[in-house]
Amino acid sequence: MESTILKALNFNAYFGENRVVKDVNIEIPKNNVIAVMGPSGCGKTTFLRCINRMHELIEGTSTKGTMLLNNEDIYSMHPILVRHKIGMVFQRPNPFPNLSIYDNVIAGYKLNGMKMSKHDKDAIVEQSLQKASLWNEVKESLHKKGTFLSGGQQQRLCIARAIAMEPDVLLLDEPTSALDPISTSSIEVLMQELKKNYTLVVVTHNMQQAARVSDKTAFFYLGELIEYDITKNMFTNPKDTRTQNYITGRFS
Amino acid sequence: MKPNIQYRLGKSKFFKGLIIVLSVLCTVPLFIILIYILKEGFSKINWHFLVNMPKPVGETGGGIANALVGSLLIVFYASLIAIPVGVMCGIYLSENRNSRLANWTRLSVDVLQGTPSIVMGIVVYFWVVKPLSTFSALSGSIALAIMMLPIVVRSTEETLKLLPDTLKEAGLALGLPYHKVILRIILPCGIGGIMSGVILAVARIAGETAPLLFTAFGNPYFSTNIFKPMESLPLLIFNYATSAYDDWHNLAWGAALILLIWVLLLNIITKIITRKWRVQF
Amino acid sequence: MNIWKAKKIKRSVRQIRAEKIFRTSLVLISLSILVIVITFLLTLIIQSLPSIKALGFGFLIGKTWDPVHNIYGTYPFLLGTLLTSFLALIISIPFSFVTAIFLGEYYPRGWFSDFLKNAIELIAAVPSVIYGFWGLFVLVPIVRSLELKIGVTPYGIGIFSASLILTIMIIPYAASLGREMVRMVPSSLKEAAYSLGATRYEVIRDVILPYSRSGLFAGVLLSLGRALGETMAVTMVIGNTSVIPKNIFAPGNTMASVIANEFTEAASSLYLSALIEIGLVLFLVTVIINLVGKRIIKRFTTE
Repeated sequence: MESTILKALNFNAYFGENRVVKDVNIEIPKNNVIAVMGPSGCGKTTFLRCINRMHELIEGTSTKGTMLLNNEDIYSMHPILVRHKIGMVFQRPNPFPNLSIYDNVIAGYKLNGMKMSKHDKDAIVEQSLQKASLWNEVKESLHKKGTFLSGGQQQRLCIARAIAMEPDVLLLDEPTSALDPISTSSIEVLMQELKKNYTLVVVTHNMQQAARVSDKTAFFYLGELIEYDITKNMFTNPKDTRTQNYITGRFS
Repeated sequence: MKPNIQYRLGKSKFFKGLIIVLSVLCTVPLFIILIYILKEGFSKINWHFLVNMPKPVGETGGGIANALVGSLLIVFYASLIAIPVGVMCGIYLSENRNSRLANWTRLSVDVLQGTPSIVMGIVVYFWVVKPLSTFSALSGSIALAIMMLPIVVRSTEETLKLLPDTLKEAGLALGLPYHKVILRIILPCGIGGIMSGVILAVARIAGETAPLLFTAFGNPYFSTNIFKPMESLPLLIFNYATSAYDDWHNLAWGAALILLIWVLLLNIITKIITRKWRVQF
Repeated sequence: MNIWKAKKIKRSVRQIRAEKIFRTSLVLISLSILVIVITFLLTLIIQSLPSIKALGFGFLIGKTWDPVHNIYGTYPFLLGTLLTSFLALIISIPFSFVTAIFLGEYYPRGWFSDFLKNAIELIAAVPSVIYGFWGLFVLVPIVRSLELKIGVTPYGIGIFSASLILTIMIIPYAASLGREMVRMVPSSLKEAAYSLGATRYEVIRDVILPYSRSGLFAGVLLSLGRALGETMAVTMVIGNTSVIPKNIFAPGNTMASVIANEFTEAASSLYLSALIEIGLVLFLVTVIINLVGKRIIKRFTTE
């Protein structure tokens, strides 16, 4: 029986008075890739951003319900501490333009003013870039700024930056929607590697990607979690008609 | 039909010619002034001019050293006050688009920008000169700092607003505290625009005279004491130009040329920085 | 979990406090700017109170300014300010608009445009004391000989010279703003007019100018605000005579220049208070004009 790392209980999220995530109950097992899919506006990205408490950065938002990481209530911890344990990769690659590749990877430590020996820094940078499958491509140019990298490489840099923090969970918000097909597939392969050490929650609007990369899939529609099952089962034998309609392309 | 079209086309061409001529004409006074100052001031400048003190009336020679140093010091102190305050305010405004405090602050900044410089001098007179019972470089710097604020705040706010939100999000998602995200990611990325705003503000106040008339007041002797009156280039030019003595007029021409060069240089630097920084994004 | 992560968490707990301090400072600094402006206004009002109480409305209408006998009528200065500013405005606005059209419509790009744009910005960058200096030594003698020719008392200095200098100085304000406004005219509107067979002149006259009318007006207000508050250049060429000028070639004084000249000489507190009241009026008028101009611009750019 896999252990649960992330649990949402009757979770709701609001933009002002508008409830965009409705009574979501979900248990996410460790070392899995969970895909979150659904049509535009279904609340999947909002839900994701509630997990690492980025949703509350927008004015006028609020949440109700419980979100547990390793049975600790995320919403009673300070957001900064939550974000140490739950990392995020965004839709558009966003390496810090004023920092070198090396400094980007170590940014979570360095920008916080932590003093580390060069040896330790080097180790973290190399390990993270290795895990993100980027090390060989950039090891000669670690001190150049990251802006010359291709989109796919930049996104892997962002992944390296996030996993340098050794999070328990890695959230990915449509990580390949801004990338070309080759970079997309390299990141999908990477996700399979990453799940050995981390738990990944991936929001995607691409059904085929969900089917390819994930172990379990959650289907959101109009703010509700309609169906949540092992990916193979969901795509071959969806239990809800709405899921069926989405998968067969009735709406997207 | 045909003659009408000819007429209309002719009118359009004539209008264009008129516009070109009048536009160019606008710049003529500027060049006349620049060339005149260059001509009059150039011969007056030499090493002695730069390092000597002004001599009393009747004696030849003399220089503007006290004004040069005074200007530099007053501008420096003003920047010391205006830059941190202005940048922090700009950060607040760019982070809080809609809060009530932000809107009132923007209004305040607009009010300061529209304030006549002489009124600035009056107010700072009552704030600093009277309590200290002396004219001082400090009061002059404060007056100039308040005049710098709108420019620094505006350009900081505009620069930071241009940065993509995703940059801030990336930093916060890493678990970095808010002030680190702002100070070590956002500010460095916007440093070009902020710097050009700062230099623009310095260029603006470097030539200001009115606010200094009753604050720094001027000083015929060399002084670096912030609590005493201090000479400044624009003040010197004003006093000497309106005096009755030819010697002093000569000093004023030289000083005017130096001031002009200084201000123009700062403006050029601003343009270069703006262009270089824009290329990055 | 690496040891650095543990240390980081410990450090972050301290940082959370620092974060609060930072956020609070941001708020405090913005608040302080608000406070500065309020105190500004209060200082002006409080210091003018003696004069307001003693002189009342006669202050603004009184035609005689005689500090020696404690008579403070500021009508000569109001007149001087209005004359110089509006004269400068009337002469400079055509030039500003012409430049705005040139840079906004005919040549928005290119080396010639850059050159002209930079030249206009340079006009605004030159310190006013230098304008005054040049005005005093070059413009005033020219005006003097002009006055001789037309048979007026050849003072040289006076309202007319001050207006001329102001004209040059305020061109950039309406020009820069005007250029932005002209450039903002949607090309779909212009194309519609062209496709109906209009000439370029007609498009400018019937599409661009009406569309950017409010923006151009805001530019005029900004130039006016600048002219009203200008002190040094005007002080140096206007003659500093506190009587009502007989004609525009006579010397006079503006609100700003009388303050500049007499503030440090003001012997009695009523004298000083009267000068500050002038400053208060100048402040209110200039700020209101500037704010109205800015409001118009904001409305125009967010429509």
